[in-house]
This record gives sequence, C-alpha cells and structure tokens, in this order.
Amino acid sequence: MVTINYAQREIHCKIVYYGPGLCGKTTNLKFIYDKTSPKVKGRMISLATEAERTLFFDFLPLSLGEIKGFRTRFHLYTVPGQVFYAASRKLILKNVDGVVFVADSQVQRMEANQESLDDLKRNLREENLDIDSIPMVIQYNKRDLPNAAPTAEMSSLLNPWRRPEFLATATTGYGVFDTLKEISKLVLQNIRKGAR
Amino acid sequence: MTATLVLYDDEFRRITQVCDRLVREANARIVYVIDKNGQLLASGGDADRVDSTSLASLVAGEMAATGGLARLIGENDFSVLFHEGVKENLHISLVGGRVILVVLFDKRSSLGLVRLRVKKCAEELVQIIDVLLQRSQMPGATAQFAEITDDDIDNLFPE
Ligand SMILES: Nc1nc2c(ncn2[C@@H]2O[C@H](COP(=O)(O)OP(=O)(O)OP(=O)(O)O)[C@@H](O)[C@H]2O)c(=O)[nH]1
Ligand SMILES: [Mg+2]
Repeated sequence: MVTINYAQREIHCKIVYYGPGLCGKTTNLKFIYDKTSPKVKGRMISLATEAERTLFFDFLPLSLGEIKGFRTRFHLYTVPGQVFYAASRKLILKNVDGVVFVADSQVQRMEANQESLDDLKRNLREENLDIDSIPMVIQYNKRDLPNAAPTAEMSSLLNPWRRPEFLATATTGYGVFDTLKEISKLVLQNIRKGAR
Repeated sequence: MTATLVLYDDEFRRITQVCDRLVREANARIVYVIDKNGQLLASGGDADRVDSTSLASLVAGEMAATGGLARLIGENDFSVLFHEGVKENLHISLVGGRVILVVLFDKRSSLGLVRLRVKKCAEELVQIIDVLLQRSQMPGATAQFAEITDDDIDNLFPE
C-alpha cells in the first residue's frame, strides 16, 4: 500500500522480491545495498538461518529523489523461497505495491520457478490483488551458469503477460539495477494512474 | 492502484501529540506509531536514538507473524506483545486493528503504568486513525500525483 505522507513530504512504496529458494533474491538486495551511497540507503535487515537462507524476510529501505516535491522511499523486501515457509511469504506480500519475480535460469529449476509463480498468484489473489494488473517485472537470474535455459523458453513459461523482463547475474550485479529501476517506474506510473 | 494511506499535517500533528503525551504520562523513553505495513507514522521522546526505519519494519513483521500465529490457534489476534530486556523493555500493541503502538521504557516506569496509559491513548488514536483513513479515500487525496511525468520518474535514476 502506497503511503503518502504530507507532513514529511514523503511517499512510501513496498516492493517484494519473490521466487523459488536459492534463486538469488537476497543476492539482489545485497548488491543494491553494496552499490548505493549511504545517503540513499538505510540499514539492511536479514532475518536468516545460520546457513544464510532467508527465514522471514530481508529488508532494505531506499530513499530516491523527489517527485512533485515528495521524497520517494522504496522499501524492498525478499520472501523466504523455501516451500515450507509458505505462511511467511503470505505475510510479507501483504500490501505490496510491486513485485519482482526472480526466476532461477538453471534448467533443473524450471519446475520450482513455475511452482513459485503459482504460489505468488494464489497469495496475491487472497490479498485481493491481481497478478494481471499489479506492477511486476520478471528477472531471469544466474545467466552465468552453463545450464541456463534459453530465455525464450523461460519467457513463454513464466511470462505469458509479456511483462518487462531482464537477464541477470545477481552475484556480479548484471541486470540488478535495471530490474530495480523498471519496477520502481511501474509502481510510480501506477500511482499516477490511480491518482484521484 | 491498491489502497493508499494519506497522512496529512493535521493527523500527523495529532498523532505526534498523543506520542508526546504518552511519553510523559507513562514515563517512557520513546513512543512510536507504526502502520501495520511497517511505515513509521509518528514518534515521541528520544526517537532519534534508534534506527526507526529498521524498528518499524521489524515490529510490523513481528506483528504480522503474531497475527498469523493467533489465527492458527483460532484467536483473532494477539493484541499485545511485551519484550523484557535487562535495561529496557518494549510494549507493542495493535490499535484499532490498523496501527501499532510501540512504547520503549526502562526502570523509571513499569509494565503496569505503561499498560494503563497505553489503553487510554489507544482510544484516542483509533479516532484519529479513523479520520485519517476516511480522508485517504476522499477525492483529491492523491490528485497531485496525476501530474507525474515520465521525466520526473527518469530523473530519479540518474546515469
Ligand atoms: N552463479 C550464480 N550464483 C548466484 C547468482 N545469484 C545468486 N547466486 C547464489 O545462489 C545462492 C542463493 O542465493 P540467495 O540470494 O541467498 O537466494 P534466495 O533467493 O535469497 O534464497 P532463499 O532465501 O532461500 O529464498 C547463493 O550462494 C548465491 O551466491 C547468480 O546470478 N549466479
Ligand atoms: Mg533469501
């Protein structure tokens, strides 16, 4: 849910990185954190297991420039991708304004990608949000791996809506900021569309 | 667009007043009012001492998890959480099902006093939040964002 704060002249949006376990959601946030200046970012919080799997969520607040005199603040969250954390994923998704679906390009993870996308659809529907209309971009991550599936194949499987899609290697940062910029734009455009 | 919450100066001032008063009456160190979504709405007391953005998102996450637990066992919600530390304590409560009131206090106060004062302030907060929610729905609340241009958006991402 977008919050417009006239008192502080700020506008807040929530962006959630979704996708199957180990697809690279946390790595996306870490790269963004590492590469943004301290002026722009707040502290990054990771609630993770000892093995560095996300347990509840990662959180990274970003403060971008101003729009119409309002400072734009984006709160980035990741969900825990492991299947059995379903209940937590649902909680993190509440009141989301934009979704980045991170898919794992490795051929043997296609089924996991598909399952995670179905899980996303279901959870959005329960929140009365529609995957057909919510701002969303798709990221095909781990392009550096030799067993990466062809993009066209992934696209027809995971992106029937023809949403903006990006190739990425989150460990090196390739595609990470392009993804972030696009989802931020879509969220702001959506605010414009809903303005009344 | 999904629902938008709009916080105007009036309500911001009124919520801040409630926070300040609660700090005084409960002998607390800091009071925060946080949207269930994890956005800080207002605070009172020595709020700058703590990273309030982090605190707000963690508290909201905790409240969400607690709500999930409650529903799992057939409760509607657990409305109060209490964390006892060596020096400082946190009293966290869900107000009007919509916002979270966080009170940080030390040995100059007590759980009993905090609980009592929170109850009183909560009623007032509910009223303010109701107004805030109504105003958020009114036409014109987000009108100026109809004027956002593509350039405005591009300018957020220099390079
Ligand atoms: N080769 C390669 N490895 C990657 C890439 N992105 C992430 N990884 C690695 O994949 C592993 C899992 O990455 P995470 O970012 O923790 O995955 P996650 O999606 O947050 O996983 P969960 O928290 O379990 O949902 C780590 O060892 C990363 O270094 C990539 O683009 N290429
Ligand atoms: Mg993770």
